[in-house]
Amino acid sequence: MENKVKSACDTCTHFNADGLKKLGIKTDDFDFVVAFAGNPNTGKSTVFNALTGLRQHTGNWPGKTVIRAEGAFEYNEQKFKLVDLPGTYSLLSTSEDEEVARNFILFGKPTVTVIVVDASRLERNLNLVLQILEITNNAVLCLNLIDEAERNNIKIDTRILAKDLGIPVVSTSARFQKGIPELIQTISELANGKMLCKPRRIKNIPQNIENSVKELSDKLEKEYPNISNSRWIAIRLLEGDTQIIEALKTGKIATNEY
Amino acid sequence: MNTKNIDDIIELSEELRWKIGDDFHDNLSESIYSDASKIVEDVVSKGDKKSKFRLDAKIDNIVTSRIWGFPIMLFILGFVLWLTIIGANYPSSMLASLLLDNIHPILKNFGTSVGLPWWLNGFLFDGVYLAVAWVVAVMLPPMAIFFPLFTLLEDFGYLPRVAFNMDNLFKKAGAHGKQALTMSMGFGCNAAGVVATKIIDSPRERLIAIITNNFSLCNGRWPTQILLATIFIGAVVPASYSIFASLLAVIGIAVLGIFFMFFFSWALSKTVLKGEVSTFNLELPPYRPPVFWKTIYTSLIDRTLIVLWRAIVFAAPAGALIWLISNIFIGDQSIASWTVHSLDGFGFLLGLNGVILLAYIVAIPANEIVIPTILMLTVMVTGVSGGAGNGVMFELDSVMATANILKSGGWTLLTAVNVMLFSLLHNPCSTTIYTIYKETNNLKWTVVASILPVIAGFIITFLVAQIWRIFI
Repeated sequence: MENKVKSACDTCTHFNADGLKKLGIKTDDFDFVVAFAGNPNTGKSTVFNALTGLRQHTGNWPGKTVIRAEGAFEYNEQKFKLVDLPGTYSLLSTSEDEEVARNFILFGKPTVTVIVVDASRLERNLNLVLQILEITNNAVLCLNLIDEAERNNIKIDTRILAKDLGIPVVSTSARFQKGIPELIQTISELANGKMLCKPRRIKNIPQNIENSVKELSDKLEKEYPNISNSRWIAIRLLEGDTQIIEALKTGKIATNEY
Repeated sequence: MNTKNIDDIIELSEELRWKIGDDFHDNLSESIYSDASKIVEDVVSKGDKKSKFRLDAKIDNIVTSRIWGFPIMLFILGFVLWLTIIGANYPSSMLASLLLDNIHPILKNFGTSVGLPWWLNGFLFDGVYLAVAWVVAVMLPPMAIFFPLFTLLEDFGYLPRVAFNMDNLFKKAGAHGKQALTMSMGFGCNAAGVVATKIIDSPRERLIAIITNNFSLCNGRWPTQILLATIFIGAVVPASYSIFASLLAVIGIAVLGIFFMFFFSWALSKTVLKGEVSTFNLELPPYRPPVFWKTIYTSLIDRTLIVLWRAIVFAAPAGALIWLISNIFIGDQSIASWTVHSLDGFGFLLGLNGVILLAYIVAIPANEIVIPTILMLTVMVTGVSGGAGNGVMFELDSVMATANILKSGGWTLLTAVNVMLFSLLHNPCSTTIYTIYKETNNLKWTVVASILPVIAGFIITFLVAQIWRIFI
């Protein structure tokens, strides 16, 4: 399944189209793991299909992806394993599909997390984006369905958005194969450390909570100097998340290096 | 790792949780939202043209309205079926004449010319090949029309509206509103519908959705319904109305299936699966014009060919089995005819016959092969002329030929109606049963899900037969 990407980017020196191979479900011997997260019905599976050449079932209704789907592509001789997570609105509650997504981002150690959002509904989607950015350092925002947003006369300044969030932003219209080469290039650069993220952490938290989070996360960092998401773990501990407590006890948290 | 330090951390977290109080979660969520709106303020600019959202809202006002919601649903279902019935007829007969009239004799002659023994020749070409060819001729055209149409609807965004319309009914039945989505998937394939129940969080409601999914008429059963309705129901009314009448009959069966789905959901939730109905948020996504050709292409490849392949995989051994049981004799009767005769009495009670019951046993692996099996067994038992011999799946190039065989097998309007009912109400195919077991991991519920519809089928066909015989 060696589909070459057909777009203006084929001839661009920035994107190496010859270096791309869609590997379908051949996910063995990968160099990097890429997770796909996002709200329901933002087109995660469509983006996933565009990258892997797979034909995961897609359709215009929320909640199609019920099982974690996996696929792969090769770019510049590096293999990327892709994991399509069920869509969720948040990572803060305890429903099962959210747990799949949350646990994978937290414990599955993805090298890069692609956060797919619906460009027309950015504000609501940012709720999840900000939560994911608490957990992971290496992420890219995939501003999907951009064609629909343009039709609705919604303009998004991707440069400011990237600056505010501290992660790269790529506009795509996966249904029409637009923006996919740019997304692949960005994923590759992030995975190879050629691009660095400085993800935004949630601001505007009331002082008393901020203090408690700080106190806990300081303690956590002292115990596990390597973890980058001590703030998120502290927040979950304050929520009384039994899985996080369990992960602390078994030391699973500590192996979570990025 | 120092266990004591970790215990300290956990203890500290408990202390702090106490201190920051109950509204921690709300405060946190609020901070996230205010962050999000701040970012959006700087980044997003909206033009004043909001026409698309308005159009979406207008469409939604109609397709989810109290008055028009259900008629529109039925109309769309009817339209899709109408296109399938009309459109499938022609390619079906072309395929049948190619695969059955032309290629089959060539294969048989080839077998004779290379000196295959008669039994091997029969086993391979009258058994395996004919079964497969029949399935391709009967199944491929309707699937190649039905699946792409269904996928286009799905891509357009209609399914969540169906869920929205039916939510209230599901709630009253004590089931989860998302069951509307898994039910819709079941119209394509019950195994897929059962897998899709993963979207339902509550185990109780998920079980209800799994057990009742079989009441969605699956792809393997649509052709049976369409064929029988065309032959028997269409014939009751004047020719100019016959398509309309058969269409109504098929929709009637599908709607009856939905009714049974609600009924058993309700019955289960009032008895063995008692509990609260959980609430959920269902987002009505924007309507999206489907990417037409791509959708057609992927639905042909992914759904049609996969389902067809499955049918072929099961048809081949079934064809072989039918040929064997029709050609292995115990005393002066073949196994098949002995079984048919011993099932005849029970079949009569249900307004069916032994052939039909045996066909449903043979066809447990795949509903697709029920009609071919019935035809083959009928030919064998009644000895209708024109058949190619014992256990040969029959060559049928037209609906009329099928009609003639069935009628010579003693079929009446009652038989057809009851086969249509029994096709709706019988055990799931073996793939679905296996899927149910995998998803529930529980033998008891798997058995319930498999047996419940058959019992319903026995009761309904029995009642229909008795009432029919009294009054008609």
